[in-house]
Amino acid sequence: MSTPGVGEAKLGKKDFVSDQDVRWCPGCGDYAILSQVQKVLPELGVPRERFVFISGIGCSSRFPYYVNTYGFHSIHGRAPAIATGLKASRPELSVWIVTGDGDALSIGGNHLIHILRRNLDVNILLFNNKIYGLTKGQSEVGKVTKSTPVGSVDHPFDPIALALGAEASFVARSVDVETRHLQEVVRRAHEHKGTSFVEILQNCNVFNDGAFANVTEKATKADHTLVLEHGKPLVFGKDRDRGIRLRNFQPEVVQLGNGVSEADLLVHDETNPALAYLIARLGPPNFATPIGVFSAVERPCYDETLNQQVEAARAKTAPDLRALFNRGDTWTVD
Amino acid sequence: MPDGVATGARRVEERDSIVIRFAGDSGDGMQVTGTQFTTESALAGNDLATLPDFPAEIRAPAGTLAGVSAFQLNFSSLPVFTPGDDLDVLVAMNPAALKTNLEDLKPGGILIIDRESFHDQNLKKADYARSPLEDGSLDRYQLFQVDVTKLTTAALKDLGLSSRSVFRCRNFFCLGMTSWLYHRPIEPTEQWIREKFRKTPELVEANIRALRAGLHFSENAELFAVSYAVKPAVIAPGRYRNITGNTATALGFVAAAQKAKRPLFLGSYPITPASDVLHELSGLKQYDVYTFQAEDEIAGIGAALGAAFGGAIAITTTSGPGMNLKAETIGLALAVELPLVITDIQRAGPSTGMPTKTEQADLLMAMHGRHGEAPVPILAAATPADCFTMAYEAVRIAVKYMTPVILLTDGFLANGAEPWPIPDPDTLPEVPVAFRTDPSGFFPYLRDEETLSRPWVIPGTAGLEHRIGGLEKEYLTGNVSYAPTNHEQMMRVRARKVAGIVREIPPTEVFGAPEGELLLVGWGGTFGSIRQAVGQLHAAGHRVAHVHLRHLNPFPADLEGILERYRRILVPEINLGQLVRLLRTEYLVDAIGFNKVQGRPFKVSEIVGRCLKLLNGEEERS
Repeated sequence: MSTPGVGEAKLGKKDFVSDQDVRWCPGCGDYAILSQVQKVLPELGVPRERFVFISGIGCSSRFPYYVNTYGFHSIHGRAPAIATGLKASRPELSVWIVTGDGDALSIGGNHLIHILRRNLDVNILLFNNKIYGLTKGQSEVGKVTKSTPVGSVDHPFDPIALALGAEASFVARSVDVETRHLQEVVRRAHEHKGTSFVEILQNCNVFNDGAFANVTEKATKADHTLVLEHGKPLVFGKDRDRGIRLRNFQPEVVQLGNGVSEADLLVHDETNPALAYLIARLGPPNFATPIGVFSAVERPCYDETLNQQVEAARAKTAPDLRALFNRGDTWTVD
Repeated sequence: MPDGVATGARRVEERDSIVIRFAGDSGDGMQVTGTQFTTESALAGNDLATLPDFPAEIRAPAGTLAGVSAFQLNFSSLPVFTPGDDLDVLVAMNPAALKTNLEDLKPGGILIIDRESFHDQNLKKADYARSPLEDGSLDRYQLFQVDVTKLTTAALKDLGLSSRSVFRCRNFFCLGMTSWLYHRPIEPTEQWIREKFRKTPELVEANIRALRAGLHFSENAELFAVSYAVKPAVIAPGRYRNITGNTATALGFVAAAQKAKRPLFLGSYPITPASDVLHELSGLKQYDVYTFQAEDEIAGIGAALGAAFGGAIAITTTSGPGMNLKAETIGLALAVELPLVITDIQRAGPSTGMPTKTEQADLLMAMHGRHGEAPVPILAAATPADCFTMAYEAVRIAVKYMTPVILLTDGFLANGAEPWPIPDPDTLPEVPVAFRTDPSGFFPYLRDEETLSRPWVIPGTAGLEHRIGGLEKEYLTGNVSYAPTNHEQMMRVRARKVAGIVREIPPTEVFGAPEGELLLVGWGGTFGSIRQAVGQLHAAGHRVAHVHLRHLNPFPADLEGILERYRRILVPEINLGQLVRLLRTEYLVDAIGFNKVQGRPFKVSEIVGRCLKLLNGEEERS
């Protein structure tokens, strides 16, 4: 416990590595995510002791044990609830929720939509391996797993669309192996005031290897990834010669040239949640997978408003237990 | 006598105590009437206890049996322990109210009804084939048929109010009548009306007029030949207010958090009969109170646990159905050893059960309702005012021992009220909270030698960064451990820690003979009924005693010795036998259960009757 704290020497990645052995499967995408987060944390200008990582249950939720900050490995699906109480009462803390597709979208679905709706100023990192690593079977129609031997009949949630539907004020997607992109998205999530929801496509090499191979393999990723940039047209492809155009409110892929220019394409606007939803619906098999910040809008944070109410009440009336006890009709017996 | 106490010139009889119930449609304002009559009685110096009884439906269809709302008050010149068994007076605003409440009225008791409400339509809604006013079925009571609606209308006729608004003043006419009948001062009610309706002066005028009209009518109409005086009770000197269990619970939590100099954080999802605690605390933000109305019961307790991690005095409030949902998080709280008070304001179960009716059937759930070996200290309040003390104590124990604590109250205590001797905040016990900040020699699970509690270290403390969680911990470091012997060591230390809370429990008070034939052991909201029953048995010369447990896990250290000193032990409970099971298991005593599950408290007479049977050898076992 002798590593530097507030006001001491500049922190580095190693200061955010705990003394616990990391126990994910060899080759798991979680390692890459952990490493990028540990790189970004010292650069955020927050004293280490003010970081708190809160998780639920599942592979991803072991994350707090490996980060040398305050951490709370809770119960399945409930990390947003625990984070809400902590952030609401300690708004100066930097609170991070680490969760998986099963933890956040299945057992914890209710808490997820409500924390997004309330807009607590916390950051949610959802590691999506599209297999619910430990539980399986609910992530893709037709998926064959131990619990779905003839194929799953469950239609899955689209995390980005769900978050936008719950009016999340910051919605982004990145990829475990896209180190620089992931770092940038994590940084922006931190900077955003309000709930920052980040879906991280994460390869589960044991149960669902290659689920996002199109997006991660060198040979295919340029043609299958649509990198979102605020104010820029939706262009993708190895030669950056294809784009997304809207016709009759339907998005379509167009080849640039032959009279089609970038001026004809949709232009990304992070401040327009309706557009964000339209882009969220893009993806395989007919479209490239969008990554980046879908939506970033400002609205009041629950924790801030609640604390303002408490502060206003305190400023107006000093706490006085004697007065509180004696409220209403009282009488004296001599 | 003070102004406004009507006496009239007629005969005045003295009574030791009176039990009165106001019953009407849920839109008739019976709760307000009862509450105001209570305030008048408190200011008249009586000891008292109250019990509201209202339907789950916010407004069931008017005039129906399901829509009847009632409020009962026992006021006396003697010590009062219960809202009373049988009624001396019943005020019934309509046929449905008469039908659902009449069986509790004593023969010869006073029955006041609004004659005009006994029309065909209302009679039909109340399943009366003939009007009970005409068939002689009420002959055994002192029946007073009053044209309440007509008289109220006449009193308000020049105010230009709608007939609906006039109709809604009828309750104050009735309060005026009963205030005259029992010599209650009406000023406190007039003051309340002025405050309540201050934004609509015409309603201030209307309600005060209705109140006075009822009083004057009673005085002048010579309907009542007799009025009744109930002298002030001999009450310990001090300042009092009338308080419900839920308000007392809320104040207990606020006081403990203020004493600990920490914010109070309530995470809660509304549920009958617990919601009032949330409502109460929501209005006390100046006391550094944070209330979070969660999306569900699980989030309510989850947020509270998160706040506890951050250093707040963390509480959650619920009733039975919510307790079921909170079980997993209570287990987490005890694994991470953070202080958290879970209040279960019990109601009649199972499942949705009867939400507005009382029961004590969650004790075994509080004791055992978690997977794994998961001991949690359990406290239970005995009376509405005792909710303050036990809520305060629950917080004190939770932070001292770094453990979740379950506080049990019930619907009867929550909504019932009694005079509360207002405590001096300076004399309340200390609630010391000391967060660890020293990194040298720190381990997250380093235990205090006496209490076995681990240090409370809150995020934001430099150099003490650590991780906690629901996975089994290594004994000292708190790191995840699956080591077989470590698991057993942790199980045993958690159990020892909770068992050690016995040192916090004061000596058990034994009411009555220190040894003898029969000991009654109760817990929770049955206190008043048992205490009064034992008092009556004492008066009849029986060697019986009463012990009322407020600490249910662990039990008081002296309990075993007390149990050994009586030939027989009777355990009255509003369940099918839960404390009796714990006592039999723990002490191998042949305790006998006395059980009732009707959504209502025990009547004193029921307990007396059962004791007499045992004492007379008429009945050995239940």
